[in-house]
Amino acid sequence: MNDMNKYLSETVKTIPPSGIRKFFDLVSQTEGVISLGVGEPDFVTPWHIREACLYSLEKGYTMYTSNSGLLELREEIAKYQKRQIGVDYSPQKEILVTVGVSEAVDIALRALIEPGDEVLIPDPSYVCYAPGAAMAYGKSVMVPTYDADEYRMRADVLESCITPKSKILILPYPNNPTGAIMEKTDLEAIAEVVRKHDLIVLSDEIYGELTYTGKHFSFASLPGMKDRTILLNGFSKAYAMTGWRIGYACGHPDIIAAMTKIHQYTIMCAPIMAQKAAIEALRNGEEQMRKMIENYNYRRKLLLNGFKQIGLECFEPRGAFYCFPSIKNTPYNSEEFCEKLLYEEQVATVPGNAFGNSGEGFIRCCYAASVSNLEEALIRIGNFLNRHR
Amino acid sequence: MDLKLKILNLIERDAKLSARTIATMLDEEEATIAALIKKMEDEKIILGYNTMINWDKLGDDGVTAMIEVKVMPEREVGFNRIAERICRFPEVKSVQLMSGTYDLSVIVTGKTMKDISWFVSHKLSTLDQIQSTVTLFILKTYKQEHVMFDEDDDDKRLVVSP
Repeated sequence: MNDMNKYLSETVKTIPPSGIRKFFDLVSQTEGVISLGVGEPDFVTPWHIREACLYSLEKGYTMYTSNSGLLELREEIAKYQKRQIGVDYSPQKEILVTVGVSEAVDIALRALIEPGDEVLIPDPSYVCYAPGAAMAYGKSVMVPTYDADEYRMRADVLESCITPKSKILILPYPNNPTGAIMEKTDLEAIAEVVRKHDLIVLSDEIYGELTYTGKHFSFASLPGMKDRTILLNGFSKAYAMTGWRIGYACGHPDIIAAMTKIHQYTIMCAPIMAQKAAIEALRNGEEQMRKMIENYNYRRKLLLNGFKQIGLECFEPRGAFYCFPSIKNTPYNSEEFCEKLLYEEQVATVPGNAFGNSGEGFIRCCYAASVSNLEEALIRIGNFLNRHR
Repeated sequence: MDLKLKILNLIERDAKLSARTIATMLDEEEATIAALIKKMEDEKIILGYNTMINWDKLGDDGVTAMIEVKVMPEREVGFNRIAERICRFPEVKSVQLMSGTYDLSVIVTGKTMKDISWFVSHKLSTLDQIQSTVTLFILKTYKQEHVMFDEDDDDKRLVVSP
């Protein structure tokens, strides 16, 4: 077969494939695996939401919507954000419905970045930001975060990463993979830096609802920060709707208009059936959502306490559905640890370095798994540690 | 929420959760949880722990019927005496007083349809206060106590995802 690589864009060629992909292949070839390696809820979308989608199909809602998304949905989003974080967004001008938060991240970066602009990204974090910046011809600058700070971003560390080219700061909290959150005081310190260096903030709050100690606090709700913030959220995690691919961006009308321009030429609009389901989720989904969150919280405590008992050090993750324990007192690095654990005990976890260099020495464990699987996984990890310390 | 309620909500769906696991989930001492469960058992708030079994999978041909029973209530005790009397038959699985066109809903199990018709004609209908019965045989159970019987509930998620 001909080598077609010469035709590929240099930009795409230089983007490394996701470290998780390789691990996925390993896990898929192994039998009897208990997986703590997933990045999504173990609940199926609540029935009333699925049913609303079916009903909309029966009624014949199979057409395009406006580029920005159904106005009805944008109105519900505005009301929801007002309830959640106390910030007013105009459904007409300040909200764009996207195909998951992933699309929103992509088009926000493309709308803002001039070639060479720098994007500040906490390390470790979800895998899409640096490649997203690269595809928009930006340069990503990793801002290390540390176990000792419970993986909160520190203003002084952020400050040290700033150059005249710094333009965008990504704040993905609660954080995947660490489960870290940023509280009001943490964000106030960051806001100082943002103001001083005239940065735009991309606040990815997809895990916002999944905050277990107190209520989620949004960067956009700090004084003077609304216009500087593009708030991203969606339905995947809180409403167990990952496969629906539906999210949204809220922000200044100029930025939303620019993002809408890219969105209209590349995506046109988010699927109408997912939008219909999302309306139902916002109108009537709160109670079920709370129940799911309560349930994650139970299992968070179970896994965290279990780690303590088998001697795996882990700070208390206050958000998302991940624990990020340290494996530094074993002879292995993250990848070796995860591979050995998979082969010897059939437990799948994700090496921390898949999310950035600061994740080395840690593994990501998702507790969106059944109680019996969590308990069995803890026994197996315990056995593994006894053999390998 | 009240701790008792939290415990009940958890074990209503999974009676096998240990006191220790529940304690971890709720940030409580194991002894506290064990004592509360014991107390609720003593107070008959928790009446027992059943196992939900899909007997069809074992090729069991047992029969279950729901019997709609019209009853003449009695002075002073209403439906209670007759309901309690019906409860005493071991083949009776449940008895509930209903609103609507009949009074008691009685669920009965037996090995064969004959067993059940014999029970209805010889035991149930012959009780003095019973005016009429309608026997409805259950053909298939799809869902019971929130559990779907034939659904494949395998984890459909990718084993590893970012």
